[in-house]
Amino acid sequence: MSARRTATASMKSQSMSLAEPQAARPTEARKRPLVVMQSVSKVFFSGTTALSDMSLTVESGEFVSLLGPSGCGKSTALRIIAGLGGASSGSIDWPSSRINARGLPEGDIGFVFQEPTLMPWKTAFGNVYLPLRLRGVSKAAARAPIMEALETVGLTDFADAYPRELSGGMKMRVSIARALVTKPKLLLMDEPFAALDEISRQKLNDDVLRLWKTTGITVIFVTHSVFESAYLSNRIVVMKSRPGRVHADLPLITSLERDAHYRTSEEYRQACETVSRALIGAINAAKDEQ
Amino acid sequence: MSLEPTIAPSPQQLRASRAGYRDLALRITVPLLVIAALVLIWYAYVRLSGIPPYILPGPVAVANAFVTDWGTLAPALWVTTKITLISLLLALVGGCGFAIFLVQSRWIELAFYPLAVILQVTPVVAISPLILIYAPSTQSALLICAFLVAFFPILSNMVQGLKSVDHNLINLYELYGASRWQTLLYLKLPAAQPYFMTGLRIGGGLALIAAVVAEFAAGSAGAGSGLAFRLLEAQYRMNIPRLFAALLMLSLLGVAIFAITSFIAWASLHRWHESSLKREN
Repeated sequence: MSARRTATASMKSQSMSLAEPQAARPTEARKRPLVVMQSVSKVFFSGTTALSDMSLTVESGEFVSLLGPSGCGKSTALRIIAGLGGASSGSIDWPSSRINARGLPEGDIGFVFQEPTLMPWKTAFGNVYLPLRLRGVSKAAARAPIMEALETVGLTDFADAYPRELSGGMKMRVSIARALVTKPKLLLMDEPFAALDEISRQKLNDDVLRLWKTTGITVIFVTHSVFESAYLSNRIVVMKSRPGRVHADLPLITSLERDAHYRTSEEYRQACETVSRALIGAINAAKDEQ
Repeated sequence: MSLEPTIAPSPQQLRASRAGYRDLALRITVPLLVIAALVLIWYAYVRLSGIPPYILPGPVAVANAFVTDWGTLAPALWVTTKITLISLLLALVGGCGFAIFLVQSRWIELAFYPLAVILQVTPVVAISPLILIYAPSTQSALLICAFLVAFFPILSNMVQGLKSVDHNLINLYELYGASRWQTLLYLKLPAAQPYFMTGLRIGGGLALIAAVVAEFAAGSAGAGSGLAFRLLEAQYRMNIPRLFAALLMLSLLGVAIFAITSFIAWASLHRWHESSLKREN
């Protein structure tokens, strides 16, 4: 795991650094970052500023959590990265990808919504087929990658099941399989497990971690759970609200393998405490400014 | 990743509904028994009260008329059926096509939806004299009337359906760079299916009503006429058993249309939609 981590000044320090640590980060000569957000702001039609001057550099192979109270713009930031509802100002760059006509890296993004967002009239297979179908891949040619994606999430036997026949956790797995079927470099997850029960949630957390370790995919994970972010990520970006912006950018380096044992370790407890403190700091800072 | 496949019932389990056949049998026998009881009461009333058959014929007389007048009534039934089905088909094509056109942009909807509403709220009987003047033949006038009535429920349901697609799914299609055409074909039309089926069932019933009402209004007569004309004719001739027989035919036709449209809805939705789902609590 540590081999895949990008060594940066802020990470080595192991302490929390305040907003915009990217500016201080030395430019990487050996490896270009995957995505760079530069002073991105988003103002809705209603006049609400959802995101204000957010900058974020995500290196290839990172597991970044965007953590913050509701209304801090973390989902908005994720959607802007995905190219859904562009930014009002600022820019998104993909230094290591080929860009298509819509300014997005070609087939490099998988998105998992808070709800499974499956088409109820399609089987699990048909739902996972969607990204390939839209690209004009025939069903026969798509069968292998679809079955592979379903296998990654443990749903091979449920390829012909309709969404209503699946449990909440299984629907979410289909949604993840659909995001993975194009073999994206970047997986964006928008509070994907918030609606699930604790047991399914832990299981899916472990599954996502395993996926991240085995495929080397970059993950940006939006959550409002301190414990989830501390369990999953190797970097946590804490955000504050009104308007949404980055409050702190915390690296999270652990010596332990992240598994059931890690969940009960002192190291995890400390990580949770650090993150929790940063989150409280973010909430208070937003309050003070009002 | 490991997963216990015990979390949800397997598809096979869900599909093989044990109580399915029992339920179906109940749904057929119970209404049949009620109808049989009503016919018996009707029979007993006619027999006991001695009411003359030109006021209220008994069920036996109606059944007789049904058989003996079959030669006159069957062609009329065919004409009414044809008008109903063709107008329904036209309304389906027109309603869906117009709905797809309307949801293309807010401006189009602003401009054209009120026109469709005006067409709908104007009683068709009131327009039928005009239609009779402009239409090349009585048959086509009836067709236009029935079409106008069946068109609107299909249109409004389709518009509703096309507009209530899950927003996240639209985002997902956008994310994968789907074209307008792909989004319509793979997402919006399938998502609108339940709404379409509602429109189809309402439209099917209304098309029959409109076909009959329009024929009353048109006052068509002669060999090429439908059941509405035969109804009026039987009334003028005081041939009340035949009137009842024609009425019976109309309701049977209505039931058949309802059954067919319900079956189509069930066949296309039962695998995935909540409306066709049986739940045990």
